[in-house]
Amino acid sequence: MANTDMADKDVLTDIFTRADLIMQSDIKFRQMIGAGQLQIVYYPVRGQEVVSAAMMAAVNQDDYLVTIYRGLHDQLAKGIPSKDLWAEFAGKVTGTCKGKGGPMHITHPETGVMVTTGIVGSGLPIANGLALASQLEKDGKVTVCCFGDGATNIGAFHEALNMAQIWKLPVIFLCQNNLYGEHTAMAESTSSETIKQRGEGLGVRSVRVNGNDASEMYAAAKEAVEFARAGSGPTLIEAMTFRYHGHLLGDTSHYIPEAEMEQAKKDDPMPILRQQLLDLQISEADIAAIEKKNADIIEEASQFALDSDYPPGEEYRIDVLDVEIAA
Amino acid sequence: MSDDNKPEEIMFAQALNMAMNKAMADDPKVILLGEDIADKQGGGVFKVTAGLSAQYGTERVRSTPISEQAIVGAAVGSALVGYKPVAEIMLMNFITVAMDQLVNHAAKLRFMSGGQTSVPLTIRTTTGAGTGLGGQHSDMLEAWLAHVPGLKVVAASNPADAYGLLYSSIMDDNPVVFIENTPGYFVKGPAPAPDHTVPLGKASVPREGTDISLITYGSGVSRCHAAAEKLAADGVSAEIVDLRTIAPWDEETVFTSVAKTKAAVVVHEAVKSFGTGAEISSRIHEELFSDLKAAVGRVGSGYAPVPFSPTIEKAWMFNDDDVVREAKKILG
Repeated sequence: MANTDMADKDVLTDIFTRADLIMQSDIKFRQMIGAGQLQIVYYPVRGQEVVSAAMMAAVNQDDYLVTIYRGLHDQLAKGIPSKDLWAEFAGKVTGTCKGKGGPMHITHPETGVMVTTGIVGSGLPIANGLALASQLEKDGKVTVCCFGDGATNIGAFHEALNMAQIWKLPVIFLCQNNLYGEHTAMAESTSSETIKQRGEGLGVRSVRVNGNDASEMYAAAKEAVEFARAGSGPTLIEAMTFRYHGHLLGDTSHYIPEAEMEQAKKDDPMPILRQQLLDLQISEADIAAIEKKNADIIEEASQFALDSDYPPGEEYRIDVLDVEIAA
Repeated sequence: MSDDNKPEEIMFAQALNMAMNKAMADDPKVILLGEDIADKQGGGVFKVTAGLSAQYGTERVRSTPISEQAIVGAAVGSALVGYKPVAEIMLMNFITVAMDQLVNHAAKLRFMSGGQTSVPLTIRTTTGAGTGLGGQHSDMLEAWLAHVPGLKVVAASNPADAYGLLYSSIMDDNPVVFIENTPGYFVKGPAPAPDHTVPLGKASVPREGTDISLITYGSGVSRCHAAAEKLAADGVSAEIVDLRTIAPWDEETVFTSVAKTKAAVVVHEAVKSFGTGAEISSRIHEELFSDLKAAVGRVGSGYAPVPFSPTIEKAWMFNDDDVVREAKKILG
């Protein structure tokens, strides 16, 4: 893994602000689901906050994002307003997609979030299409495509990287390698030692970084974005990370050896990033203010989600085609 | 060759080429993607896209790797942000490789996004039995696609319709699968005027009759014309309804025809069981049961993969005599 200089104060503060919103949101979702206030399938993101926060800090709001069912961190980091996102997770009419997408299918074009897919590996070919549009349009946008290590075992990954490279598409394939595909360890499911090797095999510029280190992740993200904007083509970033709460909520992570989990928790990126801010002479009070602001946002958003109405049942006839379907 | 007395005739493949040419000229957002479609690679295996890359450049007419998921995915992604991609999936059986992109994404993203995005792509794909292409290059899979809410499915039966329907498909704001007929590429028909249009969702009645309605599309239309001639020789007046759009299909035209004839056979090349004929037949019964002289009949191909050897392929495949037999059975 590359040694990178510490990112500057403002960048790290930005990353922390996004990452803390993600962490607190994840905690709140798990609490509310546990308390029976929300009945949804939830894929926890605790542990992967810094990867997304650093990646999205390196792109603009109008750059595109394609992500997956474990996508709360990506969506918040990209800037979807919490109220809209919470309401959609809860299936309410006030949500980003009027309650018709749900947690696994978030779209929010205003912040560039174009697709959230529940099908492993499917986002990569679509990300190419968005990037192709940008290339033809010469609009300078990049597309970030997030997926896990497990997705690199499906054919779409290989087809998409190959096409992106031959067409030099402005796309960043961000593999958030949390070392487990559902309940199976990467070593038991993946023939190569790293995901980076797979990218290299397909001729794509590929890097492997500690995604849990904000500065290292941000540097890799920024470089990939500049490479793409310059018209040089795609980058595969293999960002090493970990998830602390299983594949989906309720999963006890019984398949993760205790020692591995213990070590991963010691390496929790959030307290590390917080300490880095303190080391940069950002005051405890300033950090606490960020955390308080995020907590307030979440309080308001979660209450908004609970208070909002469900969509009317007849809504199913709308948006199937460009005309309403007859009753 | 045209002379002054006969209308000019063109082949299917030319009509399709003309439709894409017009769409590309009319709208700079129309792009083509597919294996070997640019002129350097031959302008498509059946030459349907010949000359278009020369005219519009290889930025807009892109030969792709043999990667159906990546092709359809690129079409989905570009369509989400305003492009009107036309992706050629060389043969319909290869759509199976891209079904995830088509079914889970192209068809559903408008709905799942609550209408914030749409996917105005067109998949052009060819298929059809009768020329010994065997089990993986000739299947008719339209019933699968018609079963997916959010997808439109189109099949033309003559060059002029092909021109109008393909143009409408490209300009439609929904994902459309446009099914071409491989043995029919070089069949000729009257040339369309450049401004000829055919709306999606609207059937035609190419032959009027009073005794029985033959409801069909694509390669079934020429079989039904042949069957109608044979029936006429026996004193039976058959009307033909060419659906042109399989999903959503034109119930009004079908019901109007059957309300008049009070008898119907649904005819398609696809395997009969669980085919589109089952749906159409069922809808006719629901709407017109008490008016019918007899239960609606169905003609399709046999319950088997498309066979290779010409003797087995011929025995398996639907034909005009099957239509005649079914019509006579219904009319007693």
